[in-house]
Amino acid sequence: MTINQNAANQAAVERYRNNFLKEVEANVEEGHMVKMCMQCGVCAGSCPLGNAWEHSPQKIFMMIRAGKRAEVLGSDSMFMCTSCYNCMVRCPRQLPITHIMHGLANYAHRLGLAPKGQPTRDFATLFWNNAIKRGRVNELMLTLRHYFRGGLVSGIKEAMGMQSIGLGLLLAKRLNPMEIFGGHGVKDLKGFHAIIAKAKEIEDRKKGFTA
Amino acid sequence: MAKKEYAFYPGCSSQLKASASNYLVSTNSMCKTLDIKLTEIPDWNCCGASVGYCEGGELPRIAINARNFAQAETHLPGQDIVATCAACWLSARESQERLDGSAQLLKETNEALAAAGLHYNGGANVRHMVEVLIEDFGYDGLKAPMKKSLEGLKIAGYVGCQTNRPFGIDGESFENPMYLDKMVETLGGEALSKYEQKVTCCGGALAFSEPEKSQKQIRDIVESAYDHGAEMIVTPCPLCQANVEVYQSEINKKQGTKFNMPVVYYSQLMTVAYGGSAKDAALDGQLIRAEKLEKIAGK
Ligand code: SF4
Ligand code: SF4
Ligand code: SF4
Ligand code: SF4
Repeated sequence: MTINQNAANQAAVERYRNNFLKEVEANVEEGHMVKMCMQCGVCAGSCPLGNAWEHSPQKIFMMIRAGKRAEVLGSDSMFMCTSCYNCMVRCPRQLPITHIMHGLANYAHRLGLAPKGQPTRDFATLFWNNAIKRGRVNELMLTLRHYFRGGLVSGIKEAMGMQSIGLGLLLAKRLNPMEIFGGHGVKDLKGFHAIIAKAKEIEDRKKGFTA
Repeated sequence: MAKKEYAFYPGCSSQLKASASNYLVSTNSMCKTLDIKLTEIPDWNCCGASVGYCEGGELPRIAINARNFAQAETHLPGQDIVATCAACWLSARESQERLDGSAQLLKETNEALAAAGLHYNGGANVRHMVEVLIEDFGYDGLKAPMKKSLEGLKIAGYVGCQTNRPFGIDGESFENPMYLDKMVETLGGEALSKYEQKVTCCGGALAFSEPEKSQKQIRDIVESAYDHGAEMIVTPCPLCQANVEVYQSEINKKQGTKFNMPVVYYSQLMTVAYGGSAKDAALDGQLIRAEKLEKIAGK
Protein backbone atom coordinates (compact mmCIF):
# COMPACT_ATOMS: atom_id res chain seq x y z
CA MET A 1 0.00 0.00 0.00
CA THR A 2 1.39 3.42 -0.89
CA ILE A 3 1.17 6.40 1.45
CA ASN A 4 -1.56 7.92 -0.69
CA GLN A 5 -3.59 4.74 -0.70
CA ASN A 6 -3.17 4.46 3.03
CA ALA A 7 -4.46 7.99 3.52
CA ALA A 8 -7.43 7.40 1.22
CA ASN A 9 -8.21 4.18 3.02
CA GLN A 10 -8.02 5.82 6.45
CA ALA A 11 -10.24 8.64 5.25
CA ALA A 12 -12.84 6.18 3.96
CA VAL A 13 -12.79 4.23 7.22
CA GLU A 14 -13.26 7.44 9.20
CA ARG A 15 -15.97 8.81 7.00
CA TYR A 16 -18.12 5.69 6.81
CA ARG A 17 -17.40 4.42 10.27
CA ASN A 18 -19.25 1.13 10.74
CA ASN A 19 -21.29 1.57 7.62
CA PHE A 20 -19.57 -0.30 4.84
CA LEU A 21 -22.79 -0.50 2.81
CA LYS A 22 -22.90 3.30 2.66
CA GLU A 23 -19.27 3.39 1.60
CA VAL A 24 -19.97 0.93 -1.20
CA GLU A 25 -23.03 2.87 -2.28
CA ALA A 26 -21.04 6.07 -2.49
CA ASN A 27 -17.76 4.87 -3.96
CA VAL A 28 -18.29 1.67 -5.92
CA GLU A 29 -19.61 1.59 -9.46
CA GLU A 30 -23.33 0.70 -9.29
CA GLY A 31 -22.88 0.13 -5.55
CA HIS A 32 -26.26 1.71 -4.81
CA MET A 33 -27.88 -1.48 -6.12
CA VAL A 34 -26.32 -3.82 -3.55
CA LYS A 35 -29.16 -3.33 -1.09
CA MET A 36 -31.61 -4.73 -3.66
CA CYS A 37 -30.16 -8.24 -3.33
CA MET A 38 -32.61 -10.73 -1.84
CA GLN A 39 -30.05 -13.52 -1.34
CA CYS A 40 -31.79 -15.97 -3.66
CA GLY A 41 -28.52 -17.57 -4.78
CA VAL A 42 -29.22 -17.62 -8.50
CA CYS A 43 -25.99 -15.75 -9.25
CA ALA A 44 -23.90 -18.18 -7.24
CA GLY A 45 -25.32 -21.08 -9.24
CA SER A 46 -24.78 -19.32 -12.57
CA CYS A 47 -21.13 -18.54 -12.35
CA PRO A 48 -18.88 -20.55 -14.68
CA LEU A 49 -15.96 -20.31 -12.29
CA GLY A 50 -18.12 -20.45 -9.22
CA ASN A 51 -16.29 -23.37 -7.68
CA ALA A 52 -12.94 -21.68 -8.16
CA TRP A 53 -13.60 -18.91 -5.70
CA GLU A 54 -14.50 -18.45 -2.13
CA HIS A 55 -17.13 -15.70 -2.33
CA SER A 56 -19.92 -15.75 -4.88
CA PRO A 57 -21.63 -12.42 -5.64
CA GLN A 58 -24.40 -13.52 -3.28
CA LYS A 59 -21.88 -13.96 -0.46
CA ILE A 60 -20.09 -10.73 -1.26
CA PHE A 61 -23.34 -8.77 -1.11
CA MET A 62 -24.24 -10.38 2.19
CA MET A 63 -20.81 -9.56 3.59
CA ILE A 64 -21.17 -5.94 2.49
CA ARG A 65 -24.38 -5.61 4.46
CA ALA A 66 -22.75 -7.30 7.41
CA GLY A 67 -20.02 -4.68 7.32
CA LYS A 68 -17.18 -7.09 6.61
CA ARG A 69 -15.03 -4.46 4.98
CA ALA A 70 -11.61 -6.10 5.21
CA GLU A 71 -12.88 -9.49 4.02
CA VAL A 72 -14.71 -8.04 1.03
CA LEU A 73 -11.97 -5.69 -0.12
CA GLY A 74 -9.33 -8.34 0.47
CA SER A 75 -11.20 -11.08 -1.37
CA ASP A 76 -9.78 -12.39 -4.62
CA SER A 77 -13.23 -13.44 -5.81
CA MET A 78 -13.99 -10.28 -7.74
CA PHE A 79 -10.92 -10.95 -9.85
CA MET A 80 -12.21 -14.35 -10.88
CA CYS A 81 -15.11 -12.77 -12.72
CA THR A 82 -14.78 -13.41 -16.45
CA SER A 83 -17.44 -10.82 -17.32
CA CYS A 84 -19.70 -13.46 -18.77
CA TYR A 85 -22.86 -11.67 -17.56
CA ASN A 86 -24.60 -14.94 -16.81
CA CYS A 87 -25.50 -13.90 -13.28
CA MET A 88 -26.60 -10.47 -14.37
CA VAL A 89 -29.19 -11.56 -16.93
CA ARG A 90 -30.64 -14.08 -14.48
CA CYS A 91 -30.83 -12.02 -11.29
CA PRO A 92 -34.50 -11.64 -10.35
CA ARG A 93 -33.82 -8.26 -8.74
CA GLN A 94 -31.90 -7.01 -11.76
CA LEU A 95 -28.73 -6.14 -9.94
CA PRO A 96 -25.94 -5.17 -12.35
CA ILE A 97 -23.85 -7.84 -10.65
CA THR A 98 -20.97 -7.91 -13.12
CA HIS A 99 -20.49 -4.16 -12.85
CA ILE A 100 -20.63 -4.25 -9.08
CA MET A 101 -18.01 -7.01 -9.01
CA HIS A 102 -15.78 -4.93 -11.32
CA GLY A 103 -16.47 -1.84 -9.25
CA LEU A 104 -15.48 -3.61 -6.03
CA ALA A 105 -12.33 -4.94 -7.64
CA ASN A 106 -11.42 -1.46 -8.82
CA TYR A 107 -12.11 0.06 -5.40
CA ALA A 108 -10.08 -2.56 -3.57
CA HIS A 109 -7.29 -2.20 -6.11
CA ARG A 110 -7.24 1.58 -5.81
CA LEU A 111 -7.11 1.46 -2.04
CA GLY A 112 -4.30 -1.07 -2.17
CA LEU A 113 -6.33 -3.67 -0.31
CA ALA A 114 -6.74 -6.21 -3.11
CA PRO A 115 -4.69 -9.41 -2.77
CA LYS A 116 -1.10 -9.01 -3.88
CA GLY A 117 0.06 -11.06 -6.84
CA GLN A 118 -3.49 -12.04 -7.80
CA PRO A 119 -2.84 -13.04 -11.43
CA THR A 120 -5.96 -11.51 -12.96
CA ARG A 121 -5.43 -8.29 -11.03
CA ASP A 122 -1.93 -8.08 -12.45
CA PHE A 123 -3.04 -8.99 -15.94
CA ALA A 124 -5.90 -6.49 -15.86
CA THR A 125 -3.49 -3.76 -14.81
CA LEU A 126 -1.07 -4.74 -17.55
CA PHE A 127 -3.89 -4.75 -20.05
CA TRP A 128 -5.13 -1.29 -19.19
CA ASN A 129 -1.63 0.16 -19.18
CA ASN A 130 -0.87 -1.47 -22.49
CA ALA A 131 -4.07 -0.13 -24.06
CA ILE A 132 -3.58 3.33 -22.62
CA LYS A 133 0.02 3.73 -23.63
CA ARG A 134 -0.64 3.96 -27.35
CA GLY A 135 -4.42 4.02 -27.37
CA ARG A 136 -4.69 0.53 -28.77
CA VAL A 137 -3.66 -2.83 -27.42
CA ASN A 138 -0.29 -4.10 -28.49
CA GLU A 139 -0.94 -7.82 -28.28
CA LEU A 140 2.68 -8.84 -28.57
CA MET A 141 3.92 -6.63 -25.76
CA LEU A 142 0.95 -7.61 -23.66
CA THR A 143 1.79 -11.27 -24.11
CA LEU A 144 5.48 -10.83 -23.44
CA ARG A 145 4.96 -8.67 -20.36
CA HIS A 146 2.47 -11.18 -19.04
CA TYR A 147 4.83 -14.09 -19.36
CA PHE A 148 7.75 -12.19 -17.97
CA ARG A 149 5.88 -10.75 -15.02
CA GLY A 150 7.49 -13.23 -12.67
CA GLY A 151 11.01 -12.51 -13.88
CA LEU A 152 13.20 -13.69 -16.68
CA VAL A 153 13.60 -17.36 -15.88
CA SER A 154 10.01 -18.26 -15.19
CA GLY A 155 9.02 -16.06 -18.14
CA ILE A 156 11.19 -17.99 -20.52
CA LYS A 157 9.79 -21.23 -19.20
CA GLU A 158 6.20 -20.12 -19.56
CA ALA A 159 6.74 -18.51 -22.93
CA MET A 160 8.48 -21.66 -24.18
CA GLY A 161 5.45 -23.61 -23.13
CA MET A 162 3.32 -21.37 -25.27
CA GLN A 163 5.87 -21.07 -28.04
CA SER A 164 4.07 -23.21 -30.56
CA ILE A 165 1.03 -21.01 -30.19
CA GLY A 166 2.91 -17.79 -30.80
CA LEU A 167 4.71 -19.33 -33.73
CA GLY A 168 1.45 -20.51 -35.21
CA LEU A 169 -0.11 -17.07 -34.89
CA LEU A 170 2.96 -15.57 -36.51
CA LEU A 171 2.72 -17.93 -39.46
CA ALA A 172 -0.99 -17.26 -39.77
CA LYS A 173 -0.15 -13.52 -39.90
CA ARG A 174 -2.04 -12.93 -36.69
CA LEU A 175 0.83 -11.63 -34.62
CA ASN A 176 3.08 -8.81 -35.69
CA PRO A 177 6.69 -9.17 -34.55
CA MET A 178 7.28 -5.51 -35.34
CA GLU A 179 4.92 -4.53 -32.55
CA ILE A 180 7.82 -4.79 -30.18
CA PHE A 181 8.98 -1.49 -31.70
CA GLY A 182 5.63 0.21 -31.40
CA GLY A 183 2.89 -1.02 -33.63
CA HIS A 184 -0.68 0.19 -33.76
CA GLY A 185 -1.62 3.39 -32.00
CA VAL A 186 -3.79 6.45 -31.81
CA LYS A 187 -2.50 9.51 -33.65
CA ASP A 188 -3.74 12.12 -31.21
CA LEU A 189 -2.07 10.39 -28.31
CA LYS A 190 -1.67 13.63 -26.41
CA GLY A 191 -5.40 14.32 -26.54
CA PHE A 192 -6.19 10.72 -25.63
CA HIS A 193 -3.98 10.86 -22.56
CA ALA A 194 -5.38 14.26 -21.58
CA ILE A 195 -8.92 12.81 -21.63
CA ILE A 196 -7.93 9.94 -19.36
CA ALA A 197 -6.04 12.18 -16.96
CA LYS A 198 -8.99 14.53 -16.69
CA ALA A 199 -11.50 11.70 -16.24
CA LYS A 200 -9.33 10.16 -13.55
CA GLU A 201 -9.00 13.47 -11.79
CA ILE A 202 -12.78 13.92 -11.68
CA GLU A 203 -13.37 10.38 -10.50
CA ASP A 204 -10.63 10.48 -7.87
CA ARG A 205 -12.10 13.65 -6.45
CA LYS A 206 -15.57 12.13 -6.27
CA LYS A 207 -14.47 8.86 -4.74
CA GLY A 208 -12.12 10.36 -2.25
CA PHE A 209 -8.87 8.97 -3.67
CA THR A 210 -7.45 12.48 -3.56
CA ALA A 211 -8.10 15.07 -0.93
CA MET B 1 -23.47 4.67 -53.58
CA ALA B 2 -23.35 1.75 -51.22
CA LYS B 3 -26.59 0.29 -50.04
CA LYS B 4 -25.79 0.81 -46.36
CA GLU B 5 -23.14 2.86 -44.58
CA TYR B 6 -21.83 2.48 -41.07
CA ALA B 7 -19.18 3.99 -38.83
CA PHE B 8 -16.85 1.06 -38.26
CA TYR B 9 -15.18 0.31 -34.94
CA PRO B 10 -12.81 -2.56 -35.70
CA GLY B 11 -11.15 -2.83 -32.29
CA CYS B 12 -7.56 -3.72 -31.53
CA SER B 13 -7.74 -7.40 -32.25
CA SER B 14 -9.14 -6.92 -35.77
CA GLN B 15 -6.31 -4.78 -37.07
CA LEU B 16 -3.89 -6.01 -39.67
CA LYS B 17 -1.56 -8.62 -38.23
CA ALA B 18 -3.45 -8.77 -34.93
CA SER B 19 -5.01 -11.94 -33.58
CA ALA B 20 -8.33 -11.46 -35.40
CA SER B 21 -7.04 -10.04 -38.68
CA ASN B 22 -8.74 -12.99 -40.41
CA TYR B 23 -12.02 -11.66 -39.06
CA LEU B 24 -11.33 -8.26 -40.59
CA VAL B 25 -10.38 -9.64 -44.00
CA SER B 26 -13.43 -11.88 -44.24
CA THR B 27 -15.73 -9.12 -42.94
CA ASN B 28 -14.51 -6.85 -45.70
CA SER B 29 -15.17 -9.53 -48.32
CA MET B 30 -18.63 -10.18 -46.91
CA CYS B 31 -19.48 -6.48 -46.84
CA LYS B 32 -18.35 -6.01 -50.41
CA THR B 33 -20.85 -8.59 -51.56
CA LEU B 34 -23.65 -7.11 -49.44
CA ASP B 35 -22.77 -3.60 -50.63
CA ILE B 36 -22.06 -2.39 -47.10
CA LYS B 37 -19.72 0.53 -46.75
CA LEU B 38 -17.74 0.51 -43.51
CA THR B 39 -15.82 3.68 -42.76
CA GLU B 40 -13.40 3.38 -39.86
CA ILE B 41 -14.01 5.91 -37.11
CA PRO B 42 -11.09 8.31 -37.60
CA ASP B 43 -8.32 7.74 -35.09
CA TRP B 44 -10.41 5.41 -32.92
CA ASN B 45 -9.00 4.13 -29.64
CA CYS B 46 -9.32 0.96 -27.59
CA CYS B 47 -12.53 0.56 -25.61
CA GLY B 48 -10.74 -0.67 -22.49
CA ALA B 49 -12.42 -4.09 -22.71
CA SER B 50 -14.07 -5.83 -19.79
CA VAL B 51 -10.84 -6.57 -18.01
CA GLY B 52 -9.93 -2.85 -18.05
CA TYR B 53 -12.12 -2.36 -14.99
CA CYS B 54 -9.38 -3.03 -12.50
CA GLU B 55 -6.95 -0.23 -13.25
CA GLY B 56 -9.22 1.88 -15.41
CA GLY B 57 -12.16 2.78 -13.24
CA GLU B 58 -15.53 4.01 -14.37
CA LEU B 59 -15.19 7.49 -15.80
CA PRO B 60 -11.90 6.96 -17.66
CA ARG B 61 -13.41 3.89 -19.31
CA ILE B 62 -16.56 5.71 -20.33
CA ALA B 63 -14.59 8.75 -21.45
CA ILE B 64 -12.38 6.79 -23.86
CA ASN B 65 -15.46 5.20 -25.37
CA ALA B 66 -17.06 8.62 -25.66
CA ARG B 67 -13.99 9.80 -27.54
CA ASN B 68 -14.87 7.29 -30.26
CA PHE B 69 -18.50 8.42 -30.25
CA ALA B 70 -17.45 12.05 -30.54
CA GLN B 71 -15.22 11.23 -33.49
CA ALA B 72 -18.02 9.32 -35.21
CA GLU B 73 -20.55 12.05 -34.48
CA THR B 74 -18.30 14.71 -36.00
CA HIS B 75 -16.89 12.85 -38.97
CA LEU B 76 -19.58 10.31 -39.82
CA PRO B 77 -22.79 12.03 -38.74
CA GLY B 78 -25.96 10.00 -38.72
CA GLN B 79 -24.24 6.63 -39.15
CA ASP B 80 -24.71 3.82 -36.66
CA ILE B 81 -21.49 2.62 -35.05
CA VAL B 82 -20.79 -1.02 -35.86
CA ALA B 83 -18.36 -3.25 -33.98
CA THR B 84 -17.28 -6.73 -34.97
CA CYS B 85 -15.75 -7.67 -31.63
CA ALA B 86 -18.18 -8.68 -28.90
CA ALA B 87 -16.09 -7.08 -26.19
CA CYS B 88 -15.74 -3.78 -28.05
CA TRP B 89 -19.45 -3.78 -28.72
CA LEU B 90 -20.21 -4.49 -25.10
CA SER B 91 -17.98 -1.78 -23.63
CA ALA B 92 -19.08 0.76 -26.19
CA ARG B 93 -22.75 0.01 -25.86
CA GLU B 94 -22.57 -0.06 -22.09
CA SER B 95 -20.93 3.35 -22.14
CA GLN B 96 -23.53 4.58 -24.61
CA GLU B 97 -26.40 3.47 -22.37
CA ARG B 98 -24.87 4.95 -19.24
CA LEU B 99 -24.33 8.25 -21.01
CA ASP B 100 -27.88 8.20 -22.39
CA GLY B 101 -29.16 7.59 -18.87
CA SER B 102 -27.32 10.26 -16.92
CA ALA B 103 -26.95 13.93 -17.74
CA GLN B 104 -24.42 14.23 -14.91
CA LEU B 105 -22.22 11.52 -16.38
CA LEU B 106 -22.46 13.11 -19.82
CA LYS B 107 -21.38 16.40 -18.32
CA GLU B 108 -18.36 14.88 -16.57
CA THR B 109 -17.47 12.95 -19.70
CA ASN B 110 -17.54 16.10 -21.76
CA GLU B 111 -15.36 17.80 -19.22
CA ALA B 112 -12.81 15.05 -19.86
CA LEU B 113 -13.26 15.17 -23.64
CA ALA B 114 -12.71 18.92 -23.62
CA ALA B 115 -9.14 18.22 -22.57
CA ALA B 116 -8.62 17.05 -26.16
CA GLY B 117 -10.89 19.66 -27.71
CA LEU B 118 -13.70 17.15 -28.31
CA HIS B 119 -17.38 17.13 -27.49
CA TYR B 120 -20.06 14.45 -27.57
CA ASN B 121 -23.69 15.52 -27.94
CA GLY B 122 -25.12 12.07 -27.23
CA GLY B 123 -27.33 9.80 -29.22
CA ALA B 124 -24.78 7.33 -30.59
CA ASN B 125 -26.22 4.00 -31.64
CA VAL B 126 -23.73 1.18 -31.10
CA ARG B 127 -24.44 -2.14 -32.83
CA HIS B 128 -22.79 -5.47 -33.43
CA MET B 129 -22.22 -6.59 -37.01
CA VAL B 130 -24.51 -9.56 -36.44
CA GLU B 131 -27.35 -7.20 -35.50
CA VAL B 132 -26.78 -5.27 -38.69
CA LEU B 133 -26.90 -8.44 -40.77
CA ILE B 134 -30.03 -9.82 -39.15
CA GLU B 135 -31.96 -6.60 -38.61
CA ASP B 136 -30.99 -4.55 -41.64
CA PHE B 137 -30.66 -7.37 -44.17
CA GLY B 138 -32.59 -10.31 -42.75
CA TYR B 139 -31.96 -13.98 -43.47
CA ASP B 140 -33.48 -13.66 -46.94
CA GLY B 141 -31.31 -10.67 -47.67
CA LEU B 142 -28.27 -12.67 -46.58
CA LYS B 143 -29.27 -15.59 -48.75
CA ALA B 144 -29.86 -13.56 -51.91
CA PRO B 145 -26.23 -13.12 -53.05
CA MET B 146 -25.28 -16.78 -52.38
CA LYS B 147 -23.30 -18.52 -55.10
CA LYS B 148 -22.53 -21.79 -53.32
CA SER B 149 -24.17 -23.85 -50.66
CA LEU B 150 -22.18 -25.00 -47.66
CA GLU B 151 -23.49 -28.45 -48.57
CA GLY B 152 -24.54 -29.75 -45.23
CA LEU B 153 -21.30 -28.95 -43.42
CA LYS B 154 -21.92 -29.88 -39.78
CA ILE B 155 -21.36 -26.74 -37.78
CA ALA B 156 -21.63 -26.08 -34.04
CA GLY B 157 -22.67 -22.48 -33.42
CA TYR B 158 -20.72 -21.17 -30.45
CA VAL B 159 -22.27 -17.85 -29.46
CA GLY B 160 -20.22 -17.42 -26.27
CA CYS B 161 -21.14 -14.80 -23.71
CA GLN B 162 -20.61 -11.27 -24.69
CA THR B 163 -22.41 -11.28 -28.03
CA ASN B 164 -25.27 -12.77 -26.07
CA ARG B 165 -25.24 -11.12 -22.67
CA PRO B 166 -26.21 -8.72 -21.29
CA PHE B 167 -27.57 -7.15 -24.48
CA GLY B 168 -27.90 -9.94 -27.00
CA ILE B 169 -29.69 -9.80 -30.29
CA ASP B 170 -33.26 -8.52 -30.17
CA GLY B 171 -35.87 -11.26 -29.91
CA GLU B 172 -33.35 -13.97 -28.95
CA SER B 173 -33.19 -15.71 -25.56
CA PHE B 174 -30.06 -15.61 -23.40
CA GLU B 175 -30.15 -19.34 -22.74
CA ASN B 176 -30.64 -20.54 -26.30
CA PRO B 177 -30.12 -17.91 -28.98
CA MET B 178 -30.87 -19.29 -32.44
CA TYR B 179 -29.46 -16.69 -34.81
CA LEU B 180 -26.11 -18.31 -35.44
CA ASP B 181 -27.81 -21.63 -36.26
CA LYS B 182 -30.21 -19.82 -38.53
CA MET B 183 -27.34 -18.13 -40.34
CA VAL B 184 -25.63 -21.49 -40.85
CA GLU B 185 -28.83 -22.97 -42.25
CA THR B 186 -29.39 -19.96 -44.48
CA LEU B 187 -26.02 -20.73 -46.05
CA GLY B 188 -26.88 -24.39 -46.61
CA GLY B 189 -24.93 -25.81 -43.69
CA GLU B 190 -26.26 -28.18 -41.05
CA ALA B 191 -26.62 -26.36 -37.72
CA LEU B 192 -26.11 -28.62 -34.72
CA SER B 193 -28.85 -26.95 -32.75
CA LYS B 194 -28.56 -29.40 -29.85
CA TYR B 195 -24.98 -28.29 -29.14
CA GLU B 196 -25.26 -27.53 -25.45
CA GLN B 197 -22.12 -25.41 -24.95
CA LYS B 198 -23.52 -22.68 -27.16
CA VAL B 199 -23.43 -19.94 -24.55
CA THR B 200 -20.81 -21.29 -22.15
CA CYS B 201 -18.15 -18.84 -21.11
CA CYS B 202 -14.67 -19.75 -22.36
CA GLY B 203 -13.01 -17.95 -19.48
CA GLY B 204 -12.31 -14.70 -21.31
CA ALA B 205 -9.24 -12.84 -20.16
CA LEU B 206 -8.62 -15.56 -17.57
CA ALA B 207 -7.25 -17.65 -20.44
CA PHE B 208 -4.12 -15.62 -19.76
CA SER B 209 -4.14 -15.20 -16.04
CA GLU B 210 -5.75 -18.47 -14.89
CA PRO B 211 -5.01 -20.93 -17.71
CA GLU B 212 -6.15 -24.12 -15.92
CA LYS B 213 -9.53 -22.69 -15.09
CA SER B 214 -10.23 -21.37 -18.52
CA GLN B 215 -8.85 -24.43 -20.29
CA LYS B 216 -11.40 -26.51 -18.46
CA GLN B 217 -14.12 -24.35 -20.00
CA ILE B 218 -12.58 -24.60 -23.44
CA ARG B 219 -12.27 -28.35 -23.15
CA ASP B 220 -16.03 -28.66 -22.55
CA ILE B 221 -16.79 -26.37 -25.46
CA VAL B 222 -14.70 -28.36 -27.92
CA GLU B 223 -15.57 -31.78 -26.56
CA SER B 224 -19.28 -31.18 -26.88
CA ALA B 225 -18.83 -30.06 -30.49
CA TYR B 226 -17.14 -33.41 -31.19
CA ASP B 227 -19.92 -35.25 -29.39
CA HIS B 228 -22.46 -33.73 -31.72
CA GLY B 229 -20.47 -34.67 -34.80
CA ALA B 230 -19.34 -31.14 -35.64
CA GLU B 231 -16.86 -30.59 -38.45
CA MET B 232 -16.18 -27.08 -37.28
CA ILE B 233 -17.24 -24.45 -34.77
CA VAL B 234 -18.47 -21.04 -35.88
CA THR B 235 -18.42 -17.95 -33.66
CA PRO B 236 -19.27 -14.24 -33.84
CA CYS B 237 -16.55 -13.11 -31.40
CA PRO B 238 -12.79 -12.71 -31.96
CA LEU B 239 -11.96 -13.51 -28.36
CA CYS B 240 -14.02 -16.68 -28.35
CA GLN B 241 -12.45 -17.62 -31.66
CA ALA B 242 -8.93 -17.10 -30.40
CA ASN B 243 -9.46 -18.78 -27.04
CA VAL B 244 -11.22 -21.83 -28.41
CA GLU B 245 -8.86 -22.33 -31.35
CA VAL B 246 -5.52 -21.38 -29.88
CA TYR B 247 -5.58 -23.43 -26.69
CA GLN B 248 -6.60 -26.76 -28.20
CA SER B 249 -2.97 -27.74 -28.70
CA GLU B 250 -2.18 -26.85 -25.08
CA ILE B 251 -5.06 -28.96 -23.84
CA ASN B 252 -3.92 -31.84 -26.05
CA LYS B 253 -0.44 -31.61 -24.63
CA LYS B 254 -1.57 -31.50 -21.01
CA GLN B 255 -4.51 -33.85 -21.11
CA GLY B 256 -3.78 -36.20 -23.95
CA THR B 257 -6.84 -35.20 -25.97
CA LYS B 258 -6.66 -35.11 -29.75
CA PHE B 259 -8.53 -31.89 -30.41
CA ASN B 260 -8.20 -30.47 -33.88
CA MET B 261 -11.45 -28.61 -34.34
CA PRO B 262 -11.45 -25.66 -36.73
CA VAL B 263 -13.05 -22.50 -35.32
CA VAL B 264 -14.21 -20.00 -37.93
CA TYR B 265 -16.16 -16.75 -38.07
CA TYR B 266 -19.64 -16.39 -39.56
CA SER B 267 -18.06 -13.86 -41.95
CA GLN B 268 -15.76 -16.59 -43.27
CA LEU B 269 -18.70 -18.92 -43.90
CA MET B 270 -20.55 -16.12 -45.67
CA THR B 271 -17.58 -15.12 -47.80
CA VAL B 272 -17.22 -18.69 -49.03
CA ALA B 273 -20.96 -19.03 -49.67
CA TYR B 274 -20.81 -15.79 -51.64
CA GLY B 275 -18.26 -17.34 -53.95
CA GLY B 276 -15.13 -15.88 -52.35
CA SER B 277 -11.79 -17.69 -52.44
CA ALA B 278 -10.03 -19.14 -49.40
CA LYS B 279 -7.92 -16.01 -49.46
CA ASP B 280 -10.96 -13.68 -49.50
CA ALA B 281 -12.22 -15.58 -46.46
CA ALA B 282 -8.75 -15.43 -44.85
CA LEU B 283 -8.83 -19.17 -44.29
CA ASP B 284 -5.05 -19.04 -44.41
CA GLY B 285 -5.34 -17.26 -41.07
CA GLN B 286 -6.54 -20.32 -39.17
CA LEU B 287 -4.24 -22.15 -36.78
CA ILE B 288 -6.35 -25.26 -37.24
CA ARG B 289 -7.17 -25.33 -40.91
CA ALA B 290 -10.80 -25.55 -41.91
CA GLU B 291 -10.13 -27.96 -44.74
CA LYS B 292 -13.73 -28.73 -45.57
CA LEU B 293 -14.47 -25.05 -45.98
CA GLU B 294 -11.32 -24.54 -48.03
CA LYS B 295 -12.50 -27.30 -50.32
CA ILE B 296 -15.83 -25.61 -50.94
CA ALA B 297 -14.06 -22.30 -51.51
CA GLY B 298 -11.82 -23.96 -54.09
CA LYS B 299 -14.69 -25.37 -56.12
S1 SF4 C 1 -29.18 -13.42 -8.13
FE1 SF4 C 1 -29.45 -11.27 -7.58
S2 SF4 C 1 -30.88 -11.28 -5.87
FE2 SF4 C 1 -30.14 -13.36 -6.12
S3 SF4 C 1 -28.43 -13.52 -4.69
FE3 SF4 C 1 -27.59 -12.95 -6.66
S4 SF4 C 1 -27.53 -10.72 -6.63
FE4 SF4 C 1 -28.85 -11.36 -5.00
S1 SF4 D 1 -20.30 -12.15 -14.70
FE1 SF4 D 1 -18.70 -12.71 -13.28
S2 SF4 D 1 -19.72 -13.08 -11.37
FE2 SF4 D 1 -21.27 -13.12 -12.94
S3 SF4 D 1 -21.48 -15.25 -13.49
FE3 SF4 D 1 -20.02 -14.36 -14.88
S4 SF4 D 1 -18.04 -14.73 -13.95
FE4 SF4 D 1 -19.59 -15.05 -12.39
S1 SF4 E 1 -12.36 -5.09 -26.64
FE1 SF4 E 1 -10.39 -5.72 -27.14
S2 SF4 E 1 -10.28 -5.58 -29.26
FE2 SF4 E 1 -11.97 -4.40 -28.63
S3 SF4 E 1 -11.12 -2.35 -28.60
FE3 SF4 E 1 -11.12 -3.23 -26.61
S4 SF4 E 1 -9.14 -4.13 -26.36
FE4 SF4 E 1 -9.46 -3.68 -28.41
S1 SF4 F 1 -17.04 -16.76 -24.64
FE1 SF4 F 1 -15.14 -16.13 -23.84
S2 SF4 F 1 -14.25 -14.73 -25.31
FE2 SF4 F 1 -16.35 -15.00 -25.81
S3 SF4 F 1 -17.30 -13.34 -24.85
FE3 SF4 F 1 -17.35 -15.01 -23.37
S4 SF4 F 1 -15.57 -14.81 -22.15
FE4 SF4 F 1 -15.36 -13.52 -23.90
